[in-house]
Amino acid sequence: MKSVKRVQGRTVVLPTRDIDTDQIIAARFLTTTSKEGLGEYAFYDLRYNEDGSEKPEFALNQAAARDCTILVGGNNFGCGSSREHAPWALLDYGFEAVISSQIADIFRNNALKNGLLAIVIDSSNHEWLMANPGTECVIDVEEGTITIPGKRSIEFTMDGFARHCLLEGIDQLGFLQQQSSAIEAFEEKRNWKP
Amino acid sequence: MTLFQKVWDDHVVVAETPQIPAILYIDLHIVHEVTTPQAFSVLRELGLPVRRPDLTLATLDHSTPTTPVSSFEDLLVAGESAANQVRQMEQNCVEFGVELLGYGSGQRGIVHVIGPELGATQPGKTIVCGDSHSSTHGAFGALAFGIGTTEVGHVLATQSLLQRKPKTFEVNIAGKLPAGVTAKDLVLAVIGKIGVNGGTGHVIEYRGEAIRAMNMESRMTICNMSIEAGARAGMIAPDETTFEYLKGRPRAPKGAAWDAAVKRWSQLRTDDGAIFDKSVTLDAGELQPMVTFGTNPGMVVAINDPIPQGNDVSFRKALDYMQVESGKPMTCNAVDIVFVGSCTNGRISDIEEAARILEGRKIAAGVRMLVVPGSELVKKEAEKRGLDKIITAAGAEWREAGCSMCIAMNGDIVKPGQLSVSTSNRNFEGRQGIGARTVLASPATAAASAIAGFVADPRKYS
Ligand code: SF4
Repeated sequence: MKSVKRVQGRTVVLPTRDIDTDQIIAARFLTTTSKEGLGEYAFYDLRYNEDGSEKPEFALNQAAARDCTILVGGNNFGCGSSREHAPWALLDYGFEAVISSQIADIFRNNALKNGLLAIVIDSSNHEWLMANPGTECVIDVEEGTITIPGKRSIEFTMDGFARHCLLEGIDQLGFLQQQSSAIEAFEEKRNWKP
Repeated sequence: MTLFQKVWDDHVVVAETPQIPAILYIDLHIVHEVTTPQAFSVLRELGLPVRRPDLTLATLDHSTPTTPVSSFEDLLVAGESAANQVRQMEQNCVEFGVELLGYGSGQRGIVHVIGPELGATQPGKTIVCGDSHSSTHGAFGALAFGIGTTEVGHVLATQSLLQRKPKTFEVNIAGKLPAGVTAKDLVLAVIGKIGVNGGTGHVIEYRGEAIRAMNMESRMTICNMSIEAGARAGMIAPDETTFEYLKGRPRAPKGAAWDAAVKRWSQLRTDDGAIFDKSVTLDAGELQPMVTFGTNPGMVVAINDPIPQGNDVSFRKALDYMQVESGKPMTCNAVDIVFVGSCTNGRISDIEEAARILEGRKIAAGVRMLVVPGSELVKKEAEKRGLDKIITAAGAEWREAGCSMCIAMNGDIVKPGQLSVSTSNRNFEGRQGIGARTVLASPATAAASAIAGFVADPRKYS
């Protein structure tokens, strides 16, 4: 994983809560055997009409939203299916961070393991961000802050290990492999075998 | 100690610290074609083997057609990329030496249906799968949860996961379920009460009189939908009902090993006085058959009650999408499709429940009903009991095992705008097809709705 220390960009806001991973990437796009190129399918059914034309009212289709790298979503973002295709699609689309007042467990885990910042903030700052799309933000992973120049600074907490892995670009599989002697010892000593 | 704590403690390889999560050992890893190809690719790139193929069980479920398959051409019914995904899984299993319960095994089926029915799912195990409904296996007192594809790679390579310990949540179901009200109605009511994010960060333990009175298949339905309340996992303490279910299953322990296992499993319950981080109680006696009216499983209403009022953007968007109105009951809505199946309600008792309502009746003109067994073994058992005859005589389709219309990856889809009464677990926008309007319900309610042509109260047909 590449190291992620800082993300700077503008926000685009999806105003609804409980945005599930089926909306982020529909199941019909999951028959792939690769991680690549899924950005095209991110929020597909919200972005496009059946004839393939864009839905002009959808937030991501606004001219001002085209180069936004920070996605702000309603409470309980990423609920539902465990498909890792959801963060893969968001990253490939160009997002570097997702911010909400609550993010579903599996999605948050999957996102952080791929270097997509999944950041939970308090509800009053969340409401402000929801009401102010297009806000320029600087996210500092080490400090745990979202700075909005001239407006406010928002603090967030992140699991220490996840943060360490992001900052150092650590691949968790490598970390686990280093524990192989502990894993072997555990298999040896347990008093029942699966 | 809670049941969860006991199972957790039993699997900690390295204890967690504020800096580093616990390393948790995994006893059973179930893999399927959709969420593993990228993980196998990582192993291949790094030149790593699957560490414990003996603790890994593979099957094919999501991208498989529900029409008979005897050649690669038959797989193409589900589309070319779906067929390729299945073929890739078969190749990965050969290459990495993982046992595949695939075509020709007679035991293929939905990941969460085959684990229990083969007796591979057992109390006290840690079980994971790259599928969020892994929570199903918690019905046996296992700690079972869904993981992403990166973590699938971690388990394949190391049989372990880095995990922060979740919090615990007691859901106590007092009283007895009234006649005509099922486990599915109960779990929908629970999600309606605690919300689709009520369980986030927690492992739920379902307790109480109504849970103890349930058979294993009902308990699986309950635990299955824990994820729909945002919970990491759902658990039920094992008891005589659990042991009775497992005894004699192909992968359950035998002889002296069985006796030792039962002794060990009998310790797996929450001690008196153990403290949960959160707790809620529901009275089963007050429940009615439940259906969803919106676009997440927490938007539920009793079958004859009016859809509630709501004003925020998300609520209005959901009602617009579903084309339903506040103040009117769901029974006002005409039905196009009925789906009985999935890891929530695709087991033998679910098919039986639907068949008993269909028996001697015909589904309404214009309604299409699909009954899809959760596994090949469920299919065989249903046919042995003659349920397939009842189902087809009523005008419904009897299909091959798989996830089918629960996720609509295999060609079984609901068309735009159609209303579907489905026994699956997710009514998200587009889950069953672009523009599909999904109403979640029990197998009984689904069957009753097929007959009525409208969303219907099953108690009128029993
Ligand atoms: S039946 Fe549906 S929810 Fe269950 S494993 Fe298959 S796709 Fe997932």
